[in-house]
Amino acid sequence: LDITNAKMTEREERRFAEVPRESIKLMAESTGVELSEEVATLLAEDVCYRLREATQNSSQFMRHAKRRKLSVEDFNRALRWSNTETVCGYGAQDALPFRPLKEGELFFVEDREINLVELALATNIPKGCAETMVRVHVSYLDGKGNLEPQGTVPTAVQSLSEDLLKYYQQITRAILGEDPHLMKVALLDLQSNSKIAALLPYFVYVISGVKSVSHDLDQLNRLLHMVKSLVQNPYLYLGSYVRSLVSSVMYCILEPLAASINPLNDHWTLRDYAALLLSHIFWTHGDLVSGLYHQILLSLQKVLSDPVRPLCSHYGAVVGLHALGWKAVERVLYPHLPAYWANLQAVLDDYSVSNAQVKADGHKVYGAILVAVERLLKMKALSLTLAAEGGCAGLPGTATGAVGFRENSLGLSPPPEPLSEPPLGIASHLQAGGAGCPWEEWTPVSLPAMYCELYSFFGDSLAVRFSTDPPLGGAPPSGSRQPLEGRKEPASGAPNLENTRKMPQLTASMNISPRQDGSPCMEPQPPSLAATVPGRSLARSSSSSSVSRSRSSSSRPGRSTSQSRDIFPKARFPLPQVGPPAFSFIIGGRQMGRRCQGRRFQTSFTPTPPLTTLPPRAYAHKLPVIGRVSKPVRRWTCSHYSLHLPL
Amino acid sequence: IIRQKIPKKKKTYYAAHVMTPLLSAPGKKMAAVQDAPMELDAEKETKPEILSDGTSNLSGNTASGTLSSPPLTAGGAPKQEDQQTLIAVLQFLRRNKLTESVEILRREACLEDQEDSQTLDGSGGGKGDGDGGDANSLLSRVSIASAAAPQSTLTPIPVKSEYDQPDVSVVLSAYSQQGDPSLYQVYYSSLKNFIESVLDCHRAELSQLFYPLFVHMYLELVYNNHENKAKAFFEKFSGDQECYYQDDLRILCGLTKKEHLKGNEALLDFRTSRFVLRISRDSYQLLKRHLQERHNNQIWNIIQEHLYIDIFDGMPRSKSQIDSMSGSFAGETRREVNKAKVFYGLLKEPEIEVPLDDEDDEAENEEGKPKKKKTKKDSMGSKSKKQDPNAPQQNRIPLPELKDSDKLDKIMYMKESTKRIRLGPENLPSICFYSFLNAYQGLTAVDFTDDSSLLAGGFADSTVRVWSATPKKLRKVKSAAELNLIDKESDDVLERIMDEKTASESKNLYGHSGPVYGVSFSPDRNYLLSSSEDGTVRLWSLQTFTCLVGYKGHNYPVWDTHFSPFGYYFVSGGHDRVARLWATDHYQPLRIFAGHLADVTCTRFHPNSNYVVTGSTDRTIRLWDVLNGNCVRFFTGHKGPIHSLAFSPNGKFLASGSTDGRVLLWDIGHGLMIGELKGHTDTIYALKFSRDGEILASGSMDNTVRLWDSMKAFDDMETDDFTAATGHIHLPDNSQELLLGMYHSKSTPVTHLHFTRRNLLLAAGAYNSQ
Repeated sequence: LDITNAKMTEREERRFAEVPRESIKLMAESTGVELSEEVATLLAEDVCYRLREATQNSSQFMRHAKRRKLSVEDFNRALRWSNTETVCGYGAQDALPFRPLKEGELFFVEDREINLVELALATNIPKGCAETMVRVHVSYLDGKGNLEPQGTVPTAVQSLSEDLLKYYQQITRAILGEDPHLMKVALLDLQSNSKIAALLPYFVYVISGVKSVSHDLDQLNRLLHMVKSLVQNPYLYLGSYVRSLVSSVMYCILEPLAASINPLNDHWTLRDYAALLLSHIFWTHGDLVSGLYHQILLSLQKVLSDPVRPLCSHYGAVVGLHALGWKAVERVLYPHLPAYWANLQAVLDDYSVSNAQVKADGHKVYGAILVAVERLLKMKALSLTLAAEGGCAGLPGTATGAVGFRENSLGLSPPPEPLSEPPLGIASHLQAGGAGCPWEEWTPVSLPAMYCELYSFFGDSLAVRFSTDPPLGGAPPSGSRQPLEGRKEPASGAPNLENTRKMPQLTASMNISPRQDGSPCMEPQPPSLAATVPGRSLARSSSSSSVSRSRSSSSRPGRSTSQSRDIFPKARFPLPQVGPPAFSFIIGGRQMGRRCQGRRFQTSFTPTPPLTTLPPRAYAHKLPVIGRVSKPVRRWTCSHYSLHLPL
Repeated sequence: IIRQKIPKKKKTYYAAHVMTPLLSAPGKKMAAVQDAPMELDAEKETKPEILSDGTSNLSGNTASGTLSSPPLTAGGAPKQEDQQTLIAVLQFLRRNKLTESVEILRREACLEDQEDSQTLDGSGGGKGDGDGGDANSLLSRVSIASAAAPQSTLTPIPVKSEYDQPDVSVVLSAYSQQGDPSLYQVYYSSLKNFIESVLDCHRAELSQLFYPLFVHMYLELVYNNHENKAKAFFEKFSGDQECYYQDDLRILCGLTKKEHLKGNEALLDFRTSRFVLRISRDSYQLLKRHLQERHNNQIWNIIQEHLYIDIFDGMPRSKSQIDSMSGSFAGETRREVNKAKVFYGLLKEPEIEVPLDDEDDEAENEEGKPKKKKTKKDSMGSKSKKQDPNAPQQNRIPLPELKDSDKLDKIMYMKESTKRIRLGPENLPSICFYSFLNAYQGLTAVDFTDDSSLLAGGFADSTVRVWSATPKKLRKVKSAAELNLIDKESDDVLERIMDEKTASESKNLYGHSGPVYGVSFSPDRNYLLSSSEDGTVRLWSLQTFTCLVGYKGHNYPVWDTHFSPFGYYFVSGGHDRVARLWATDHYQPLRIFAGHLADVTCTRFHPNSNYVVTGSTDRTIRLWDVLNGNCVRFFTGHKGPIHSLAFSPNGKFLASGSTDGRVLLWDIGHGLMIGELKGHTDTIYALKFSRDGEILASGSMDNTVRLWDSMKAFDDMETDDFTAATGHIHLPDNSQELLLGMYHSKSTPVTHLHFTRRNLLLAAGAYNSQ
């Protein structure tokens, strides 16, 4: 009995559908009842009336559900309220085909059989049943429409039009395809397109495919870039998809990827990038999922405390913590360090050939930890200073750090001075958020105590990195050669403002350059000196200490290796000592993924007199440590600085 | 099955009719009846429940101490009604041989000596007043019965054995005195010819007769089993009826058998209530003379028995005047119905003044604001201090005392309102649209808190969801165990009791077992009401996000519910055709407002909490007095079920929207329609006045929000004494002038509208991809 039919024909002359008595007789026969003509006629009329009545009543339910379309559900409700059995099995949203049988005058509702097994085992489980949510938009400002055309479809709706599907296919193809230019275009669009909300679940699904391509660094990279674009798209409301994205990113950070079996694959960079992304997601979208921060911390901690995990996983955990800000480092990494140190040291102390690769990995981890704790110390000191200063002068460093982060994509061409750069490119960005982060305070360890403890692990390398108070202006404006001179001047004193502003830019762009704490020629910094540092140096926040490091190293070359720790006893870069130093470095930072164009810089230093007086390793050990570039780094490994690459 | 069950439903309704006046009668009366043995099955189901409803209502009133303070009987008129109703109850009991109950009731109500005179009451049936709908419909039954069996109203009417519902047969028996069925067409067309031949000025008025006569004659034919003649009659004359009766005609056309008639409540109501016509004396005389000359007794009988002709002196009304007021299922309003005094003024807020000044001082000092503002506020305060002559007494309805938090909120409100944007035709509000996306389950109702911080949605999948409209997330209160650990002395204890772990943007409330059709926040934002198809109204705590109470009573889908602006009370209305007044701490209703002939589709509280307005599928609006349960205003004019209502902030005006796409404006004090806003092309589901009442916003299924110049509409109205006295309004057709703006949503029907305290307009609806 076709309800909609009845409804529609109401407008016709008859105003309603009629059930002929033949139908009644047929139905009666089918249940084994013989009806007389008269009874059938009466029944038919009654059925018609009841049907119309139920339809009438059901329209109430439709109206109150604020719908225009009468649904089977409405009809059933009307039946239920008149204590009639409801009609089951017609709840589908689609219209039911009502077919005539050619041979006889028989009409029936098509009722196909459904193979339940097939249905249950079907792989095409419908995706993208997005959560009900409320979006607000200002439709009319002061009674005038905004620029968007009115009467159109809102942006975040779960219906896939043909166009959207096409878009989806092309975007995914472009991003995962071979053409780097296409990929760039696709990513850019993904980042700014306001109409792709409906596709979000699909993209998230694609990204969750990281688990299946863990052998392919390139694909992983592309997927991460996709994450980045989605996260940065201001028109997308990620909602609970944040969780899914985070788990994909965490996978890249923490898992011993298949790609890392081959030491030639630079999965380190991938991890760094993923960590950066993680922090970005967290700072921008962390509020969408409650408890996200703690979950992330927990899983990072779990990895870190699991000695069975490979070093690359540990590395991921460390950079992840680092990226989440110094408080995360303080809460998780710092208390964990003593326990972890033993394992790491064992690795680093093993000089057997078979251990070479592992050891190299160990150095990576070491470097990452060093960077992290350094940032921790600095930020902690800074927070103390700031507290002392009453919070005025609001973090110039973080602000400029963020600027630098943005600008480094532009500022690539002039070879910035390599050595004055803090190894914390990522962090300098992250900490912009980190400084204001809302976590509850961790039980504070006093700064000196922390320093002492860390010093016991890192010794001089830490001291060196941390010790000096680089007046940023000390770095000469620019030019490849200048730094050296500039650095030689003990303290070029008055920091000129312009430079201070430029500095972070440079620093940010440098964060991939290799670090080399293992340098034997590092001069030990007495802890007492270091203790005085924070007050001075940290007002400058994110700009690093490498300038000062170089300065200090140059000023006190004599003290060299004697006190450096056992793990870094071997100066494994004898090469630079000979010949004019050619220095190559990689600019890292945000545009990592752009296939690294123009990010490799080569600076050859003419052997100027002061240079020759300086032991070449002075440059070497100033190289920031964390290698973060995918391909160029591989080339770089072959360079003559390759030995300290691991760190 | 249907045939058996539908009468049952009817019974509930019938009983509800009986109950309402009882609410205003002294307590205890019904208690005795409860023990009486029940004989009929159907009654067993419905009766005890309803009786207990009644008793507990009464005891509730006295026990609560809140509503009982005002006198429960209000004046003589209700008293007389009480008697009439009691007689009807007696009659009912007698018919069902509940003699013991009859005795008790009679004794308690001191009715012995009045019984003989009760037949006189039948004549009172035609005389309408406040509580009209229910009492009169009842009485008309009585009078019909007395017509059928003269002098025997108290003797049990022979109950036809196959029907367990005596009143139906009572009603229908009026049809038994039939004329020659084959002459019906002749009768009708002769009248038609006559009406078409009279002067234009009378024709419009007399044309009103067509519809009720047509329906009654048709039903009469059906009742007397002249099926084919009925069909022919329908075919021939249904086309003559006004287009706005199409819905009714559709019901009628399917109805061709006597059996069907018995189950059709709408048509039973049509019978039991007299269709009201307003005709000038001249026109009426003309009609009367014509009918007497032609000896057209059939029609004359119908007019006498089933129509109520409200005769007025003076000029006949024009067609447009008539059209604007007609369209309801029960005809027009009787003039005297809207004569009762309505205290539409706002309550003053004396309690706020003192703390406001103190605390505001502090607050201002904290913020370092200049003192200047304070003086301004003072002047505002003094304005509201004056007692509005139209306002009800402060304690007419007992209202909950203000808590400290309420006072703080009032202060917030005052502060916000100083920053309010003054709207006007030149200065339209900005509109923010809250789109519900992916609402596959079907959004059915939306509400905002007054401060616009929370948003609730009712869904067809039985869930209620609450969203925070601010960055502040929704948090639950900690569990009892955790609460024990909290330092209760600390200043931020209110913050500490919240469980941070539960913070989220939205919360789902599960509990209903049918679509949720209405949601309403309490003014203090601590509670949420939801009404559902499952027949219950639920009260939810917004602290724990759990259900606190399920209010059962409607037993049929509850279409709407609304909190009083002062909290504590709320009103609900549903498919059982009554609206109920509840207090949150009583699990049974305090008042039952019965009178609508069809479902109560929407309910709203008056800003002063003394009145409740209900809109219905019978295309009428009724204003009820919370104090005594009387219907004090009865508005007709809509041509479709009413789905939205809104009071102006000053309480003087009412706006109503219906499926016909029109908004009608009403002056409550005078009981007049004062404006008609045409433009929407589909059902209007949302209406809201701006905070100062200058702008009326309407939202509709046609995906638009329209803004109307309500100030102009109110200013334009004619409130001269003549109009007020006669009720003849002449509406200027100025919709286009009043329309200030029309704004399209994005394929999103507008389900709710809300003005923030600063007059930003918020609209809400579910995106609809089809």
